Amino acid sequence: MASGHASTAPALLVPEAPGLLGLSGLGFNRAQSIAFLVMLGVLLVGPFLLYPVFLMKLLCFALFACAFNLLIGYVGLLSFGHAMFFGMGGYVAAHAAKVWGLTPELAILAGGVVGAGLGVVAGWVAIRRQGIYFAMITLALAQMVYFFCLQAPFTGGEDGIQRVPRGALFGAIDLSSDLTLYWVVAAVFLAGFLFINRIVHSPFGQVLKAIRENEPRATSLGYRTDDYKLVAFTLSATLAGIAGGTKALLFGIATLTDVYWAMSGEVVLMTLVGGLGTVFGPVVGAAVIVTMQNYLAEFGAWVTVIQGVIFVACVLAFRAGVVGELGRILKVRL
Amino acid sequence: MTDTILETRGMTKEFLGFVAVGDVSLQIRRGSIHGLIGPNGAGKTTCFNLLTKFLPPTRGEIRFDGRDITRMKPAEVARLGLVRSFQISAVFPHLTVLENVRVALQRARGGSFDFWRSDRLLRQYDQRARELLDDVGLASYAGLTAGQLPYGRKRALEIATTLALDPVMMLLDEPTAGMTAEDVDRIVALVRRVAQGRTVLMVEHNLKVVEGLCDTITVLTRGRVLAEGDYATVSRNPEVVAAYLGTDPSMTGAPAETAQAKGAQAHG
Repeated sequence: MASGHASTAPALLVPEAPGLLGLSGLGFNRAQSIAFLVMLGVLLVGPFLLYPVFLMKLLCFALFACAFNLLIGYVGLLSFGHAMFFGMGGYVAAHAAKVWGLTPELAILAGGVVGAGLGVVAGWVAIRRQGIYFAMITLALAQMVYFFCLQAPFTGGEDGIQRVPRGALFGAIDLSSDLTLYWVVAAVFLAGFLFINRIVHSPFGQVLKAIRENEPRATSLGYRTDDYKLVAFTLSATLAGIAGGTKALLFGIATLTDVYWAMSGEVVLMTLVGGLGTVFGPVVGAAVIVTMQNYLAEFGAWVTVIQGVIFVACVLAFRAGVVGELGRILKVRL
Repeated sequence: MTDTILETRGMTKEFLGFVAVGDVSLQIRRGSIHGLIGPNGAGKTTCFNLLTKFLPPTRGEIRFDGRDITRMKPAEVARLGLVRSFQISAVFPHLTVLENVRVALQRARGGSFDFWRSDRLLRQYDQRARELLDDVGLASYAGLTAGQLPYGRKRALEIATTLALDPVMMLLDEPTAGMTAEDVDRIVALVRRVAQGRTVLMVEHNLKVVEGLCDTITVLTRGRVLAEGDYATVSRNPEVVAAYLGTDPSMTGAPAETAQAKGAQAHG
C-alpha cells in the first residue's frame, strides 16, 4: 500500500525488551524483572537491617496500595472508600483470631472473605456511576461502614479489638517472634503482589485495559463492561481485606483508624506518590508514606502537613509518581 | 431468511421534548451498503446510537435479523453481529495495534473472566490478528501503540477491529471524516472489499464516497426521513438539494444539474 506514513513507522517502533530469567512468564519485561529481583532482595535482607515490625507494617500498606492500584491504574476507577475493606478486614481477622480462636492464616482469609463480600455489594452500587460520582458513592458507603464499626458490639467501639493473639501458623508455627511473623507477612505480600500482576496480565486484564482506554468501544465489541468492573472491584476489595487482616494480627489490634475515611485518602496518596498504574509504584509509595509517618512521628501534627506538601508537589511536579518518573527517565515501563 | 436485515418502525428519540429522531422507518436490505446522509444536526448519529442501543428509543421498534432488539443492551446487540464504529476514532490508544485487534478476537472465547490465567494464551489469536492488520495495510505497525498511529491509520485499525468480530452487519459512523484524499480512497476501497458478504450502514458527509459506495441512500433532515433511493434518484430530489444547500433551487433559478454538482462538492 503506497503511503507516506509507511516510511515513518520503523522510527516509531519501540520494541519491548524481553524478560529476564524466565520472569517474563509473570508478564514482566526486562526492567520489571530487574526491579522484581531487587524487591525480592530487599524482602530477604530487610528484617536483618531494619526493625521487622516497621517492615511488616510497610508491607501491609504496600499490599493495600497495590490492591487499590488495580482499580485506579488498570480500570480507571477512583475509589475513595477503600478503608472500608481494609478496616473491616482487620476487624474480622481480629475477631476471628481472638474470639473464634482461628489460626492466623484462617483469620487473614476471613478478612479477605469479608472484603470480597463487602466489595460485591459496594461495587454493585458504585459502578453504576462514573468519575467523581463513583468516588463519592464509595466514600458514602465507607462512612456507613465506619458508623457500623463505631456502633456494632463486636468491634469494641472507640477501644477497638485489643490484645489479638498472633497464634500459631497452621496451629504449628508460633508467630510470637517478630522475625517468624515477618516471613509470613512477606509471603502474604508477595503472593498478593504476584496475584495482582497475574490479574493484570490475564485475558481478563486485557479486557480491563480496553475498558480503561475506551469504554464505549469495549461495549461495542460485545463486552458487558459493568461486569468486568465489578469483578475487578471485588478482587481489589478482597486483597484490601487481606492486607487489613494481616495488619490487625501484626499489631494485635483493630481500631477505627483503619476504617476511617482518612485511611481511604492515605492509600490514594501512596499510589499517587509511587506512580499510578505502575507495577512497583504502590510499593514505593507505601514505603515513602509509612517511612515518613514513622520517622517524622516526633513532629506530631506536622506529619500531616508534610504529607500534604508532598502530595501537592507530586501532583504539580511529577504527576507520574516516583516510579512513573523513573520509568520515563530510563525509558522503561516499571 | 428475509431480505431485510435491519428494520425500524416509527423509531423516535426525544430529549426533553426536542425530537432528535422522529418516526424514522428504515429498511436495510441484506448484503447492501446503505448510506445515511443529511446536514449537520439531522439526527444521523442519534440514529446510530439508537440502532446499536447506546441510546434507548422513546418510541418505536427495531428489528435485527427478524429479532426484536428494541430493549436489548449494547453489548448484547454486538454479540448478535451488529457492530458499530464511532465518529471519533475509537481505538484503545495505549494498547498495541496488535492488541487492539486481539481484544476483539478474544470475544470468540467468551467472557474472558479468567483472571488467574496468563495472557500468553491469547497468542493463539496473534496469527489471525496479523492477517486482519495485513488486510487493512497495517501489518508493519503491529507493535506500535495505537495512539501513535496517524489519523487515517487509526480508522483503518478501527475497521480491522470491527472485522475481527466477523460482524453480520457493520455500522460505520463517518469512516472518512477528517481524512486526506489519499486516505479517503484507501478507506473506500477497504469498505467496498469488507462489505462483501455483509451489510453496511454508513453515515457519511462526503457525497463522492456515498455515490461510489452506497446502493441505497436515506436522507435525514431534522430527525425525519426526507428521501430514499439510489444516489441518482436522491440527488435529483429538489427537497434534498434544498436541504443541503439551504436554498430552494426553484427560487434562485439555479438549474438542478448545477445544484446537484455543488451538493456533491459541498462536503468533504
